[in-house]
Amino acid sequence: MISSKRKLDAVNKNNDILNSGVDLFVNEPPDEEDVSDQDEDSSSSDDDNVNDDGDSDSSQYSGLEEEVASSSLDDSSDEEEQGSDSDDDDDDGEDLMLSDSVDNIAIGTNAKEPAVVDEYEQDSSDEEDIRNTVGNIPMEWYKNYKHIGYDIEGRKLIKPEHGDNLDDFLNKADDPNYWRTVHNRLTGQNIVLSEEDVQLVQNLLGKTHPTQSTEEQYAPWVDWFSSEVMIHPLSNRPEHKRSFIPSKWEKLKVGQMVHALKMGWMKPSKTQEEQEKEEEEQDDKFYMIWNEDEETEISKRYRQHIPAPKTSLPGHAESYNPPPEYLFTKEEEQKWRDQEPEQRRMNFMPQKFSNLRTVPGYSNFIRERFERCLDLYLCPRQRKTRMNVDPEDLIPRLPKPKDLQPFPTTQSLVYLGHTDMVRCISVDPSGQWLVSGSDDCSVRVWEVSTGRCMKTLTVKEKVKGIAWNPNPAVCLLAIVWEKTVVLLNPGVGDKLQLSNTDNMLASQTQAESSADSKVAVSWSVCEGSEHDQGYRLKLTHAHDVSQFTWHSKGDYFATVMPDGQTRSVLIHQLSRRRSQNPFSKSKGSVQCVRFHPLRPFLFVATQRYVRVYNLLKQELSKKLQANCKWVSSMAVHAEGDNVILGSYDSKMSWFDLDLSTKPYQTMKHHKKAIRQVCYHKKYPLFASASDDCSLIVCHGRVYNDMLQNPLIVPVKVLRGHKAEKGVGILDCVFHPSQPWIFSAGADTTIRLYT
Amino acid sequence: MGRATKKGQSGAATAFVHRTKAIKKLQISLKDFRRLCILKGIYPVEPRHRKKAGHGNQAPRTYYMMKDIQFLLHEPLIDKFREFKHFMKRLTRAYGRKNLSAVSRIRKNRPKYKLDHIVKERYPTFIDAVRDLDDCLSMIFLFAIFPSTKITDTRFVQLCRRLSVEFLHYVIASKSLRKVFISIKGIYYQADLFGQQVNWIVPHSTGFAHPTDVDYRVMKTFVEFYTTLLGFVNYKCYHSINLHYPPQLLLDSSEEKVQEDPKVGKRSRKRKNAQLEKIQKEREKRFVERDTVEERLSALTQTLQKTNTGEPEEDIQIDEFPASETDDPELVELAKQERDKLSKFQNLFKGLKFFLNREVPRETLVFIIRSFGGEVSWHESQAVGYSYPETDEKITHQIVDRPSMEKQYLSRYYVQPQWVFDSVNAQMLLPPADYFIGVTLPPHLSPFVTEQEGDYVPPEKQALLNRQRGIDEDSESEEVDDDEEEDGEGHQSDDSSEEEDEEGEEESDDDEAPATKKQKTGSKGANKQKDVANTSAMSVEEGRVEVDDPGRRQTRQEAEERRLAEMMIPKKKRRLYNKIMHSKKKTSQEARILKEKREAIDMQKKKDKKQKLT
Repeated sequence: MISSKRKLDAVNKNNDILNSGVDLFVNEPPDEEDVSDQDEDSSSSDDDNVNDDGDSDSSQYSGLEEEVASSSLDDSSDEEEQGSDSDDDDDDGEDLMLSDSVDNIAIGTNAKEPAVVDEYEQDSSDEEDIRNTVGNIPMEWYKNYKHIGYDIEGRKLIKPEHGDNLDDFLNKADDPNYWRTVHNRLTGQNIVLSEEDVQLVQNLLGKTHPTQSTEEQYAPWVDWFSSEVMIHPLSNRPEHKRSFIPSKWEKLKVGQMVHALKMGWMKPSKTQEEQEKEEEEQDDKFYMIWNEDEETEISKRYRQHIPAPKTSLPGHAESYNPPPEYLFTKEEEQKWRDQEPEQRRMNFMPQKFSNLRTVPGYSNFIRERFERCLDLYLCPRQRKTRMNVDPEDLIPRLPKPKDLQPFPTTQSLVYLGHTDMVRCISVDPSGQWLVSGSDDCSVRVWEVSTGRCMKTLTVKEKVKGIAWNPNPAVCLLAIVWEKTVVLLNPGVGDKLQLSNTDNMLASQTQAESSADSKVAVSWSVCEGSEHDQGYRLKLTHAHDVSQFTWHSKGDYFATVMPDGQTRSVLIHQLSRRRSQNPFSKSKGSVQCVRFHPLRPFLFVATQRYVRVYNLLKQELSKKLQANCKWVSSMAVHAEGDNVILGSYDSKMSWFDLDLSTKPYQTMKHHKKAIRQVCYHKKYPLFASASDDCSLIVCHGRVYNDMLQNPLIVPVKVLRGHKAEKGVGILDCVFHPSQPWIFSAGADTTIRLYT
Repeated sequence: MGRATKKGQSGAATAFVHRTKAIKKLQISLKDFRRLCILKGIYPVEPRHRKKAGHGNQAPRTYYMMKDIQFLLHEPLIDKFREFKHFMKRLTRAYGRKNLSAVSRIRKNRPKYKLDHIVKERYPTFIDAVRDLDDCLSMIFLFAIFPSTKITDTRFVQLCRRLSVEFLHYVIASKSLRKVFISIKGIYYQADLFGQQVNWIVPHSTGFAHPTDVDYRVMKTFVEFYTTLLGFVNYKCYHSINLHYPPQLLLDSSEEKVQEDPKVGKRSRKRKNAQLEKIQKEREKRFVERDTVEERLSALTQTLQKTNTGEPEEDIQIDEFPASETDDPELVELAKQERDKLSKFQNLFKGLKFFLNREVPRETLVFIIRSFGGEVSWHESQAVGYSYPETDEKITHQIVDRPSMEKQYLSRYYVQPQWVFDSVNAQMLLPPADYFIGVTLPPHLSPFVTEQEGDYVPPEKQALLNRQRGIDEDSESEEVDDDEEEDGEGHQSDDSSEEEDEEGEEESDDDEAPATKKQKTGSKGANKQKDVANTSAMSVEEGRVEVDDPGRRQTRQEAEERRLAEMMIPKKKRRLYNKIMHSKKKTSQEARILKEKREAIDMQKKKDKKQKLT
């Protein structure tokens, strides 16, 4: 009920819709046809159609029921329906409005004043039947009562007169309308269906359209809302008041626009012509921007400008038809392909085309241009002065080696005989004999000038060190293996000298051994077969001895025991057969010790430092920084002012003791570790031997004038040795009087360069 | 005594500003900043001390000069960018509301900006602009053949095309083209404009792929500026040789100008309509005409109109010359020679008549031929602007790029296009025999390479240099002789060829280091020794006389001395020295590889030849 009312309200509100005949809410059969027509026209879904049908059915029935209630109702309603059909739509609308207004009354007066208005015209199916208010209950419950229910006001509805079965039977025979009489269980009345109703029912049963009159089904559709402008309004509704009053908002908007026009913010839109003209003008927009008479101001900013470097110009390889050597071979091509694009030297692959016609477009053209663009605006620029340096200028101006002669230049002799690497060599002070100690546990004495092996001594262990006594009056040789140092008379050379040596050794007597308990070195005189072999004295140390060095006078000598802790350096005196330990503390593992040739100084090289001790004052006088990781060897100049250090990290440092504790010059000539360095006694020469099998001889001259810098010039690279197990040359030593150098290599040979 | 300076208030700390800070200062988006940088030519700089520039921060940031950023602050373009942002906002809002009328209205008010002032700022003098023309030309020539896309609309592409054609016309009129080179990337040109060498590359006219991972917007921004720049440069160039700037062809006259009557057709509607139609038609006609004019312009065959005629320029130049400062007669003579040579070069193709076949790249060849004073034409069905038909008897050269021609005229040479390029690069007309139709072309060499000492010089280049120096005939005859000799030997017998091979080996031995020779002999000796050892345990080797070559000894000694001296280079300079030597070594190595390759190829060729003969 409420819903129908709302719908009707909606209908009332919109006259236009009403007039159009969209009478969805009015359940008149003809109108319904319209609806169905519409539905068909608008091709709405089938469900809607079915629903509509259902609606119409129920309304039909409600209509029928009324017929029963009031016999005169039928005709009038029919008439009205027809009338309403034939009438104008406006009338129809009014009619509807009327019916709506009386709706409520009609419900109440249903039973008493049935003929007033057909109020069920607008009835819709979803409303319950309001003549009997009992609701949807089994009617058998009222079987034993006189009434059959209650009307809306609570009064009993009395059951109508009803014949018994016999009457029914008789009616069956007598009443011609019996076949179309139906019983309404809710009201208990019999209703006789009219012809139309019957037809309708038959149509429904036959599943055809309820009304079969075709002209109504296909009535012409009047399109009231068309694109054409009518001169008459569709409705008589007067215009709204709003349409006569000027709009406030429009006024505001116009005001804004007027203001904008006045201020020049808004400009009248251009016509097409004007626009085109403008565009044409834009095309011809160029003019003389650089006038010759105009003086350009060169600003500071302009001067600071760093112009972008120009792109490099193409070479022969980029030609479409390059000379054949520029084309890639297969390996080159593969290499080019394997490389990252950034690493390639050329960003294209040279190709050859037989004629211009076949040259294709370059696929990377746009990308290259784009990369150039990126470079131009994203790449940081820096002004760089390209130095046009002649590499010759970088080489320091040094005197030519030719002018610095003499120095050893060629390999002249090879001393063959050892069977394992030669670890140490030494030359006798006269320069006539050479002695070598090797890993094959032998010591050989060679004649320098001929290369003949004069004598071979076999010892118990690998020879670690060998040194000839620098005193020219005696012929004494020191050999080191393991914990033993042996002083030996080699028995070569001048007989007088040999006997002198023996006499000297015999005349010396051992000092008291009171102080020697700390030193733990035992001196012993060799006798018997050992004496015959030449062994004279034997010093047995507590630990392995790694190095041995004589003082230049030949009376003192020092030994190094790396494992000796505080006793790692020992100084021995030959004449008194005495040993002493100069240091009470160890300052790291000692690599090498040397005596100062003239003054009572001792150089002790640890891994990184060289400490210079004054033996007389018993103090540390200097500490040299080697600037290297691991010192391997050390040599002191005959004057005692300069020291060179060789290191395992292939550096050689030249120290000037008068100047500084830091090296005057560090040279990295070798590619591998330096094993030995040495000075020449007379000539301004020094040499370094390395694992890279080269022996570099340098000219190193120190001037008496302190203002003049020492001159250090490499003069010769000597080669000849071969590396074995990664070891090249192990030892090198200069000839005492000649500019010759001996080298001992891991390849079992000793070589003489002159 | 002044105040103590505080840290970070002067010097590198204030001279540089990193990008984020710069953007913040300018209050624009990164995108706009980049555009601005492109248009204004602002680039990042690498501060000498990163730490100082970054106030202690050494992060890899891009730094700009503070002055540059301050300079950008006053840029009117920034306002335009803001306007554009506003415009885009309005437009998107209108779109969002589906207010299409508003969209079209807003569209019409699209803010426009001009870049004229930037050209003047970036290039205060004309020479600066010419110096920086390389990238500009390459980009514009590229964009001139772009398809019209969303980013590059037709109008833009047409502008590029127009400017490029105008530039080509100027180069033709001023005869300033110097070098041309066909590379696989495109065709390189070098022109001498106002004493500056300007290089540019034009892609081959065959289509190329448009990569998708390239930001065309960035390129477009560049080209936007470049079009403005090139327009002004063209204007100046045209005026410098008295040409009309929007170029006018010599054959065109004022008859083409359309007269309009403004008074007609304002009275009634009909008449107005008629007038509108008329205007429309005229516009169309004008467009058509403009198109044809543009086409004819781009044909490059016709000379341009001069603003004032009648003054012979050559006389002026000759008069001007002796007034130069140098009084040294030798120098004057030298300069005169140079000038004569140049004028001869500029009129290289003068008096020659060319005809282009359909398959050759027309624009390139027309440009080159006309730049050197030649006349050129093509088949009338190919393009507008042809001047004489193929049947013209006076045609001296027909440029052909096909294996054979059916109908050939006896009065002309049929040469391949490379002849034109090579002739220009050689600055002389090369004998056309090498470039005849269907002939295997000689290699096309780059004219941009000037070989330094130690670089590899291809034999073709050497031949060309000789030819330029005027000793061509001798060498050629020698070459011919050599060939003949070889041929003769080939005919004679196989023995001779073997001999030759041996000779070659010996030569190669000589070239090699002496050490190898020694080794060889040493190994021989060793072999002998072995043999001897087999027979008897002890023997005396036969002595060899050691040849003392003083020259070799000298060089060896020098090399050793050098090696020793190299040892003494202080650490400071050693790296530089090593770098220099490394690069030298590399170049020499490359040259060696090329030489070896060439030798191998030549050998192979000879062998093939001989095989063919036998």
